[in-house]
Amino acid sequence: MIGNDPARLDAAKRPTPSAHVPLLVVGAGAAGLAAALAAAAAGVTTMLIEEQPVSADLMALDVPLHFGQRMARGAGNAALMERVLDSSPGLAEAYERGIDVQLGVCVWGIFPGSAAAHDAVPQLVGLADGARSWFVSCDRVIVASGARDLAIGFPGWEKPGVMGAQAALQLMQRYDAFTGTRMLVLGGGPLALAVVEAASAKGLTVVAAIEAEASSRHDDSAERFQECGVAFYGGWVIEEARGSVEVESAAIVRLDETGKPAAGSRTVLDCDTIVMSVGTVPNVELLDSIGCRMQFEPLRGGWVPSRGNDTATSTPNVYAIGDCAGLGADPTEEGRRVARAVAASLGMTAFAEAEPRIDRPHAADRSVQRARVWMQAQIAASGLDVCVCQCEEVTRRELIDLRPPRYLRATVPDAAPGGRNLQALAADGPLNQDQVKRLTRAGMGLCQGRRCRDQIQMLLEAAATSEPGAVPLARHRPPVRPLPLKVLAADEESAALRDHWVAWFNIATQWLAHWEAKPVPFAAPGQAPVIGDSE
Amino acid sequence: MSGTVSAQPVRTRGSSVIVVGGGVTGLSAGWWLARSGVDVLVLEKGVVGWEASGRNGGSTAHPFSPLFREEQRLWPEMDSLLGYPTEYQAHRLRVAMNEAQMAHYMRIIALAERQGSTWAPLDQRQLKELVPFVSDAAIGGVMCYYGGHANPQRTVQAFAWAMQDCSGRLQQHTTVTGICRHAGRVTGVMTDRGRYDCDVLVLAAGPQIAELAAMLGVTVPLASARVEMIITEPLPRLRYGGVDGNGIYGRQTLRGNLAYGGGPHEWLSSSAAEPPRRESTFIMRSLAKRLAELFPGAAHARVIRSWAGIVENTPDGRPVLCRLSDPDNAVIASMSSVGFGLSPASGRAVMELARDGACSFADLSALHLERFNTLPADWQARMGWQRDSVRGQ
Repeated sequence: MIGNDPARLDAAKRPTPSAHVPLLVVGAGAAGLAAALAAAAAGVTTMLIEEQPVSADLMALDVPLHFGQRMARGAGNAALMERVLDSSPGLAEAYERGIDVQLGVCVWGIFPGSAAAHDAVPQLVGLADGARSWFVSCDRVIVASGARDLAIGFPGWEKPGVMGAQAALQLMQRYDAFTGTRMLVLGGGPLALAVVEAASAKGLTVVAAIEAEASSRHDDSAERFQECGVAFYGGWVIEEARGSVEVESAAIVRLDETGKPAAGSRTVLDCDTIVMSVGTVPNVELLDSIGCRMQFEPLRGGWVPSRGNDTATSTPNVYAIGDCAGLGADPTEEGRRVARAVAASLGMTAFAEAEPRIDRPHAADRSVQRARVWMQAQIAASGLDVCVCQCEEVTRRELIDLRPPRYLRATVPDAAPGGRNLQALAADGPLNQDQVKRLTRAGMGLCQGRRCRDQIQMLLEAAATSEPGAVPLARHRPPVRPLPLKVLAADEESAALRDHWVAWFNIATQWLAHWEAKPVPFAAPGQAPVIGDSE
Repeated sequence: MSGTVSAQPVRTRGSSVIVVGGGVTGLSAGWWLARSGVDVLVLEKGVVGWEASGRNGGSTAHPFSPLFREEQRLWPEMDSLLGYPTEYQAHRLRVAMNEAQMAHYMRIIALAERQGSTWAPLDQRQLKELVPFVSDAAIGGVMCYYGGHANPQRTVQAFAWAMQDCSGRLQQHTTVTGICRHAGRVTGVMTDRGRYDCDVLVLAAGPQIAELAAMLGVTVPLASARVEMIITEPLPRLRYGGVDGNGIYGRQTLRGNLAYGGGPHEWLSSSAAEPPRRESTFIMRSLAKRLAELFPGAAHARVIRSWAGIVENTPDGRPVLCRLSDPDNAVIASMSSVGFGLSPASGRAVMELARDGACSFADLSALHLERFNTLPADWQARMGWQRDSVRGQ
C-alpha cells in the first residue's frame, strides 16, 4: 500500500524503462560518434541513438530538416539503413566496439531523475520509432543533435522544391535519394559551396549560386563557385519561386546601392530545386526543452547551451557537444573531451584528471550575420506580404501587425482591432517570441517552428530595433518530434499511476457546492481518489 | 470598509489600487477596476498570463462556485465587453467511458441544474454525430447547455489590452519584494523597480500569494503543484469543441488542435528557493494514451507540444476570495487551481471587494480566509501534498 506517502507515490508512478544504460548519446554525427567511441573505449557501456534514416512521414513535414519534398519515395527502410551505414564508416566501428547503436530512432524528450538520497532514480529518455515510443533510463546523456536548416522566406518558398542545405546534403550524400536535377543555391558561404560540390559530385546541374551580400569580403566565394563551373551572383536575392505546383523556375534580382531591387535586373532561371544555404542553426530543441541555461553566441550560430569546460550543461548529467552546442567546434576533440568527463563522473578514476582547458578559438560561423543580411534583403525584394510561418499561414506583415490568426478572423469578423502591433507590445516590456506566437500563432504548427523560428526572431529584433539575441529564445517543448497519439501513448503504465489517475486534483470538497461550508477533507488512509473534473 | 478608494489623480509612482499578479484573475480585476473609473496598476513579475493563466484547459463551466451564475452570464458577452476576441465557444460535452465517470459528471451537472442550467443525455449515436472520432466503448455522454471554452492566452491578453484601453496601467517584469504598512494599513509595495504607493492592495499572484501575504503577517495556506497538457496538430472542427472524458479534460481549439490535460499531479516543494520547473513530465505519454482511447478516430493526430503550469491549491480546493480585516485594505484572490473560467466573475468580485469592501452579486462568505483559522500547521503533510524529494532539481 503506497497510501498518501508522496515520495513513494512519486517513485511508484514512474514508468518502468525498457532498459538502463550508463551513457546514452543522442546523435551519431561526427561529434556523437566520436563521443560514443571514446566512451566505449574507456569502458562505459553506451547506447547511441541516431534518428536517421528518418521516416518518409517526418521528412514530408520538413522534420528534422527542411527536405522540401525532394526525397525519393519507395526506397525501403532496410535499404535506407544500409545507405546510412555505408555513408558513415564510424557506425560500423561503433557496432564492432559493442555500442548499442539504434538507427531510425528519435529522442523526443528527456525527463530529469531524482537526486534524493533515499530515492535516487536516473533520468528517463523518451525514444520513438515509426510505430511506438518507449523510455530508456540512463546515468548520463550526451546530446550531439547537430544543426538544422535556416530558412528565410520569399514568395513561393512553400512550394515543393524549396529546401534547406542540410537536408540537401543528407539526401545527396547519405540517403542517395535526392530527386532534384536543376538547382539554384541561395547563399555564397562555405555551406553553399558544400552544396554545390555535393551536387557536382552527383552530376546535378547548379544553375547559379546567389548571395545577398554585395561584396564577398569574408570569403573567396566567386572564384570558388566558378572553379566548380557555377555562375555566382554577388548582391542578388530571390524575388520569387515560380511554378504551378512545384518549383519550375526562380526570378532573381540585383540589389542596388540603396538596397532596393535594381530596375531591369530581373533574371529568370529554370530550376526544380532551390536550396537555402545561407546558414545553419544549432539544434538546441532537446537541450532547451529540459531547461538547460542558454546563451546567445553570434559567431557560433546563435542560441547555444551554456557549458562548462567539460561540456556539461546547467542540467545535471546532461552534456552537449558538436554543432548543437555551437557551430564551428572540432567534433572529434569535443567527443573525446566529453567521454573523459563522463567516465570521470561515473567514478572511473583513470579519467579523474580533467583535461587541460583548450582555448583554441572556434572557427567563427557567420550564419547569424548572414541571416540578418538576407532577411533585410529579402524584405527589400519581396516586401512584407510573404509567408513566414507555413504551417499556420502567417505573413511577415501579419506578424508585425500582431494580427489575430486567419482561423479567428474567419470566425470572428471583427477580430482584428487596430493599433495593437509589435511596437505597441514592445512598449509594455521586452518582446518575447512565445507571447507573440500565442497571439499570431506564428511558430505553433506541425513543423514545430523549424522553418520559421529564426525568421520570427529576426522580425522581432527588427521591430524592437534590438541586437541579435536580445529577444529571448522561443521555448521548445517535448515531444521535440511530432509523434502520433498512438505512438506517444504509454502502453505500459505503472499500477500506481493508473490507480491514482485524476482529471484534476483529488480534493473531494472542490467538487461540492462552495457556498456550503465543509471541513478540510483530510484523507483517511487508503481512501479511493475522486475522479475530479475539468478545468 | 467602503470608500477607502480615493478618487485622486493618477500618481506616477503608485495607484489607487495595486494588483499584484498579471494572471487572468489579476488582469480581470484590473480591467473591472479600470472600467469603473478606478486608478489601477497591475504589477507582473514576468509577462502577462505567463503562468497557469495561459496554460490551462480553457473551460468556462464551474457549477460548484458561487460565481457560476456570473461566469455563465458574462462569458457570452466578453468579446464585446473587452473589444478583443477570447475565442469563447458555448456548451460542453462530457463523455463517460464507465459508470464511475458518468456518476461524477452527473454530480457536478446536478449542481448546475440547481442553478438553472440545462443539459441533455446523449446516447452513443448522438455522441458519434457530435464527436465523430469518439470511442465506440463510450457508455454515453452529456450535452451541457452551459459552460464552454475559450483561449486562455488570448483571453489574458484581451484583459490586459482592455484594461489599458480604460487607462488601467500594466507594469511587467516587476517583482514585489515587500509590502509597506503604516498605522495598520497597507500603503504601498516595494519592488525591484522601486516603491509604488496604493490605497488598496490586491494579491492575485497565484502560488506566490502565500509568500506575499506572509509579508503582511497573514497566513494563506497554499500548496503548489504542476499540471500539464499535450496538444496535437489541427483536426477537422467539431461542432462543440469542449469535450471532456476518460479522466482527461480539454478542448478542441478553434484552430482544430486537441489540447488535453489531467493525471496525478506532482506536488511541489513550497519552500523551494528556485522557482519550480514548468517542464512537462513523463505523464504526457499517459495523457496521449487516454486521449487515443477517448478518440480512437484521432489517434493518428500528431502531438506537437506540451505545456506544464504551476497552480496553487488551498486545503479544501476552494478559492480564497476576501477582503482582510487586518490590514483592512488588502484583498486576497487565490482561485485554488480553478481560475481561468471564473475570471470574468472573479475579477468583478475583486473589484467590488477592493472598491466597496463587499461583493454585491454573489455570497462569498464561504470563501473567506477565516475558514482556515483553525487549520493544523501540518495540513499539507496530512493532505499528502508535500514531497521531500528534490526531483526536478
